[in-house]
Amino acid sequence: MRKRLSFALAVASVLAISGCDIGVLDPKGPIGVQERQIMIDSVAIMLAIIIPTIVAIVVCAWWFRASNTKARFRPHLVYSGRIELVVWAIPALTVLLLAGVIWESSHLLDPGEPVEGVGEPIDIQVVSLDWKWLFIYPKQKLASVNELVVPVGAPLRLSLTSGSVMTVFFVPQWGSMIYTMNRMTTRLNLRADEAGDYHGLAAHISGDGFSDMHFVARAVTPDAFADWAKGAKGADFDAAAYKDLSKQGTVTPSLQPLADATLFDDIVSQKLPPGPGPEPTPHPSGSRS
Amino acid sequence: MLGKLSWDAIPLDEPIPLVASGVVVFILLAVLVYIAVKGWVPYLWREWITSVDHKRIGVMYVFLASIMLLRGFIDALMMRSQQAFAFQSQGYLPPDHYDQIFSAHGTIMIFFVAMPFVIGLMNFVMPLQLGVRDVAFPTLNSVGFWLPASGALLVNVSLLVGEFARTGWLPYPPLSELTYSPDVGVDYYLWSLEISGVGTLLTGVNLVTTVLKIRAPGMNYMRMPIFCWTTLASNLLIIAAFPILTATLAMLLLDRYLGFHFFTNEAGGNVMMFMNLIWAWGHPEVYILILPAFGIYSEVVSTFSGKPLFGYRSMVLATLAICLLSFTVWLHHFFTMGAGGDVNAIFGTASALIGIPTGVKIFNWLFTMYGGRVRFTTPMIWSLAFMITFVIGGLTGVMLAVPPIDFVLHNSLFLVAHFHNVIIGGVLFGAFAGYTYWFPKAFGFSLHEGWGRRACYFWIAGFYVTFMPLYIVGLMGMTRRMQHYDVPEWRPWILISGFGALLVLTGIICQIIQLVVSIRERESLRDLVGDPWDGRTLEWATSSPPPAYNFAVLPEVDEEETYWTVKQAAARRAALREAPEYVDIEMPRNSPTGFVVAFFATIMGFSLIWQIWWLVAVAFVGSYATFVVFAWRDHDEHTIPANEVARLDTANREARALALKSYAPR
Repeated sequence: MRKRLSFALAVASVLAISGCDIGVLDPKGPIGVQERQIMIDSVAIMLAIIIPTIVAIVVCAWWFRASNTKARFRPHLVYSGRIELVVWAIPALTVLLLAGVIWESSHLLDPGEPVEGVGEPIDIQVVSLDWKWLFIYPKQKLASVNELVVPVGAPLRLSLTSGSVMTVFFVPQWGSMIYTMNRMTTRLNLRADEAGDYHGLAAHISGDGFSDMHFVARAVTPDAFADWAKGAKGADFDAAAYKDLSKQGTVTPSLQPLADATLFDDIVSQKLPPGPGPEPTPHPSGSRS
Repeated sequence: MLGKLSWDAIPLDEPIPLVASGVVVFILLAVLVYIAVKGWVPYLWREWITSVDHKRIGVMYVFLASIMLLRGFIDALMMRSQQAFAFQSQGYLPPDHYDQIFSAHGTIMIFFVAMPFVIGLMNFVMPLQLGVRDVAFPTLNSVGFWLPASGALLVNVSLLVGEFARTGWLPYPPLSELTYSPDVGVDYYLWSLEISGVGTLLTGVNLVTTVLKIRAPGMNYMRMPIFCWTTLASNLLIIAAFPILTATLAMLLLDRYLGFHFFTNEAGGNVMMFMNLIWAWGHPEVYILILPAFGIYSEVVSTFSGKPLFGYRSMVLATLAICLLSFTVWLHHFFTMGAGGDVNAIFGTASALIGIPTGVKIFNWLFTMYGGRVRFTTPMIWSLAFMITFVIGGLTGVMLAVPPIDFVLHNSLFLVAHFHNVIIGGVLFGAFAGYTYWFPKAFGFSLHEGWGRRACYFWIAGFYVTFMPLYIVGLMGMTRRMQHYDVPEWRPWILISGFGALLVLTGIICQIIQLVVSIRERESLRDLVGDPWDGRTLEWATSSPPPAYNFAVLPEVDEEETYWTVKQAAARRAALREAPEYVDIEMPRNSPTGFVVAFFATIMGFSLIWQIWWLVAVAFVGSYATFVVFAWRDHDEHTIPANEVARLDTANREARALALKSYAPR
């Protein structure tokens, strides 16, 4: 009964703060939905002992206040095998239960595990730069900057790397985030289930332009996706264009045809060198501006 | 001649840091001039700066922590206000300045507030609780204090000369490498922490040796107060973990200064190694801070419940379990690096396991109160606030230990709220409880109770109002360290959080008023007996403040709460024990070694940062020579004659005999 009550409380509190339609409590994809479920489950498990504990602390301290003559003074209650057993058993059992959740969910939701979905899986290669995101669609031969467009319901297979410093790729409403690191590829599988524009961001400090390093994560119908893929304009995105993009600064979204399908591999293998960092200042001492 | 240093290093074109540092320099100079004019320099030099007395050093640690708390809190106010303004605009702090502020805030609060505060309390209390005269290596203790003070000074120098790191409180490469951070900011960070890290390691060695080798006759391990146990565990962690920090930062220094490639993008450098190494230190560091705080709560809850600690053996076991487990969980700081299901599951489970001994401690404090007579003094209110707040912090901590939850909350403001929940609600509340609890022991008068409570209530309210909204915006996908943002849904919560910071500010002002009022009213708050709280452990068996040698005669210990038993026996027969036979006491002589070494270390750190190589050499030789001079000393002890010991002890015995008349045995 108490457990059900605290579960209801947990759900209520989670719902209370999820009134607004952004963030990880309002997921729009299966990964995010499962992660929210695990969050609610584990909070409920813990609240089942935490709420009684907090109540016990308050009640105990108040009842045994020095001025309360009705409270029984038991100065010799300093050890009790039975209490000790309970005291160790309660947290141990809770953690045992949680360990099950941890073990199961770590494997189930490992970012490298493929996600089910309708239609062809979409491969997307993600490159974090100072301070913008480059999304390469090798099959569609597209290079999109600061705009990640995906068809609703299709499995998304992301390979990620960094063209300079380390940061994190994150679309809160789709689920899991993952680090991007130069010379390394991390993998992430996602799916977006509802059309719309979502907030995507860099979740790790990457320098002065970090706060502007967000992107639009747009889920569209498969037809709209096909239309979008045809909309690439202008010159091909080649190694020279990449080099230009890898200089520090912020840019507006753009979509270009991809010149070379090996661009991502060239970045990972450092055939295309990591971003140059800040321009050398006229006075290299401790200049601030 | 001056390396990279030139007039460009002074931020003449930026009003905020210029005015701030100008004010700091002015206040500092004013204080120094005031001290000189008042003729206090010889007193300070003799009694404090060169002191090797663990009590004096402990007080200086807490003083350093308090000053740096003000600095770190001003940074916090600037961060909260910047985020309050910077909605769809740039706010008032440009990114390069804002990034320095959050980096300095974290660095200062962990290394120069939390660390010196808990080390100061351990330094002050532990030898008294063990019933001994000093720590194992008194002069080393002084070195161990002055080196972190030197590091703190360097961090603050960066305000005026050059800049501080813009890479966060842990400088993850490659952002912290020369390519992406060519300025001196990261160097300030690295050299400050290298210098203070050496000091911390020396202190760890010193305090561990003290607990293991120097205890009052009869004080075996299972008779030590629990605070001594947590001190032991915490300092064992320092010895095991701080060399990792020093080595990791040294590798980054080699990258930056000599073109090595430990963590660079190029030439096979590996950033993941930095993450592993820094958190192999970083996670135990959290327990280095919280274990002594657990010890403080244990003492406070026991004293103010009028009962021995419930389940003493369980507490010792839980402390040691946390000590061991803390080294097995570091990977949970980067679950989102894609290590795979097995690795994440193992480290997630290990992290949740720490919840068991911690939960046991909470229950044992609960049962200590159960059947007691709880007095709601300021230290006890801090402790109760801790118990409730920390349980909430534990809940969010275990949430983050579940890898898939961490996948959506890592690096968010939820995480920021979580660690402030445990550091403020755990470490800082504990430090404040300890400060109030042992203040009369250190200075001979208690702190003003009314202002203490006001401070307490404002801090508690301020904490909740500041950080509960951050939990919520974290769930709404707001990441940490944002200089500005465009999402309207985040704004109201950020504004509430900013208001909370003002409540904390009120709490800090109450603490300052408390100190001033207490000093002015010290005669009415005087603790003549040395036992203002009806204490149970040995530090209350001597006068307040204790004489330099702590105890006229070393106490004989034959059970867990010797002092309590002796006090009850004396109360029952309405007389103190016979006066002991006093003998001469030899105490270590004061030594300027620590101060002089730190002086040279500061110069060396500064010249290394600005690459003034000749000055590096001079400072190195200077600090080495200081050690040699110390090693060549002929006299290292002075004698306090028996009649002086007798005079002081008799005075205290008279006060105690008087107090005994109105003391009802329990």
